[in-house]
Amino acid sequence: MSEAPDDLRYTKSHEWVRQNDDGTITVGITDNAQDQLGDMVYVEVPEIDKELEAEDACAVVESVKAASDIYAPVAGTVVEANEDLADSPEVVNQDPFGAGWIIKIRPVDSSAIDLLMDANAYQAFIEDEDH
Amino acid sequence: MPFNPQTEQDIREMLSVIGVDAIEDLFDEIPAGLRCGELSGVPEALNEQEITRLMLERAELDGRPLNFIGAGAYEHHIPAVVWEIATRGEFYSAYTPYQAEASQGTLQLIYEYQTMMTALMAMDVSNASLYDGASGLAEAVLMAVRANRKSKSRRVLMPRTVHPNYRKTAQSIVSDQAIELVELDYDREGGHIDPASLEQYAGEDITALVIPQPNFFGVLEEVNTLTDWAHANNIFVIAVVNPMAMALLKPPGKWGKEGADIVVGEGQPLGVPLSSGGPYFGFMCCRQQWVRQMPGRIVGRTVDRDGRDGFTLTLQAREQHIRRSKATSNICTNQGLLVTAATIYMALLGGEGLRRTALASHTNTSILVEKLSNEYLQPQFNRPYFHEAVIHSALPLKDLIRPLYAQNIQPGFVLTEDYPELGESLLVCATETKTEDDMSVLQDRLLRMIDKQVSS
Repeated sequence: MSEAPDDLRYTKSHEWVRQNDDGTITVGITDNAQDQLGDMVYVEVPEIDKELEAEDACAVVESVKAASDIYAPVAGTVVEANEDLADSPEVVNQDPFGAGWIIKIRPVDSSAIDLLMDANAYQAFIEDEDH
Repeated sequence: MPFNPQTEQDIREMLSVIGVDAIEDLFDEIPAGLRCGELSGVPEALNEQEITRLMLERAELDGRPLNFIGAGAYEHHIPAVVWEIATRGEFYSAYTPYQAEASQGTLQLIYEYQTMMTALMAMDVSNASLYDGASGLAEAVLMAVRANRKSKSRRVLMPRTVHPNYRKTAQSIVSDQAIELVELDYDREGGHIDPASLEQYAGEDITALVIPQPNFFGVLEEVNTLTDWAHANNIFVIAVVNPMAMALLKPPGKWGKEGADIVVGEGQPLGVPLSSGGPYFGFMCCRQQWVRQMPGRIVGRTVDRDGRDGFTLTLQAREQHIRRSKATSNICTNQGLLVTAATIYMALLGGEGLRRTALASHTNTSILVEKLSNEYLQPQFNRPYFHEAVIHSALPLKDLIRPLYAQNIQPGFVLTEDYPELGESLLVCATETKTEDDMSVLQDRLLRMIDKQVSS
């Protein structure tokens, strides 16, 4: 079974969300998602300051199998993007919850994060999806 | 690989495997009311004898006129070996077989084509071709909107010196995607885009500027100044070029300080016959930076598990068979057979041969313009041109040139409908295929018609 750390929140489109001390959130794709997509060859990140609605397509991860959109888990503004992925997209496979993060967002309303799944709910969700 | 269709027996065997009696049964989910039934507008099939006769009769209708029309499709000499090779069984198919395990020859040929195009255009990357120049321009506009992330406006500056049909095609394809093509007028003296006319857009959010070279009038644009202006304003540069001209002129990759971002054009001048308007092929190149936004197929070189060179499609993850509605484009193929001819043509002529062909075409057009210039016919524009020029007539063109059609001469393309402000204007072209005698024939016949009109 793929990993899903307890301190993160999760979406049905397989993004994870980490709440940072400065009020921003870090977003990446889950271990399950990277495993399904296979070897990453390219990650396209949004411009800084881009304003996003919840569920807006805001980045693209391209693997040897497919190119998939990354959706904003909550509404907010892009404050940082992981530029290192341009040269080493494989980090998304190697360390999806750490160095493989994709963007940081300053949410419009932090309480929206509480509506996302916790680790247990996400694990149940992907088990259900597998069947 | 063989291109034989399946036999009656193949069909029977396949149907029996899936447990169906007839092909018709495969469609029984479609309600009878939704089926069109008979195709009443489609005539009965003809046998070989009948179809050969019909096609020969139609071909004769075209005649073999002495042709001075360019306007987007150009008559160049095509060495016999080009189509001798292109029509060999190994290549001859309307379909491009991409399977790496079955098509190494075809894939290598496309790879060589891409390499030649990037060299000719001085660009980093080429795709395997598009449908034609006009739809290629539309693809370039869509690509610029995807790739230029500094711009949000989806507004593209489209000069009137771009081929009118290209502009119409681009408009049809992009207008329903909330993209605005902003018309840019041309200088009446030079027949080119006056760089000063762009200043009204400085500081505005513009996604891309289209720069034709040569432009529809045959005139050379100030590509360096235009390119630098665009980049200084965070605007993408889409070059629309004649590939033959690029053997002689500065290629788009070297325009200004940074070069064009995307290059498209019509590939027909490279070994494809006029053949009543098609099929032709479009080409597209871009900078490495934008390659993931490029539509269409790209063939890459790699190694197999034994370390031997091999060729395969690459960067497919963005295409519609994988990404569906989110694909970069609805084009998922290339014009394989025409690309085959173009690759053979370019390989045969080489850079020097292309350059000499381009130079001979330019020289011939200069001679033609000189021969045609007189009291009543004068060059419309005062700027340098490649192998086409606009001639303004003081007399009604219709009366001058219509009698020439009957004499099997096509004297040029009349611009009045697309550019009414130019009045009686004719776009003429003389490629390397025209001799001094050919040009004198046109000169003599036109002079005769002028005399007739003036004296009547």
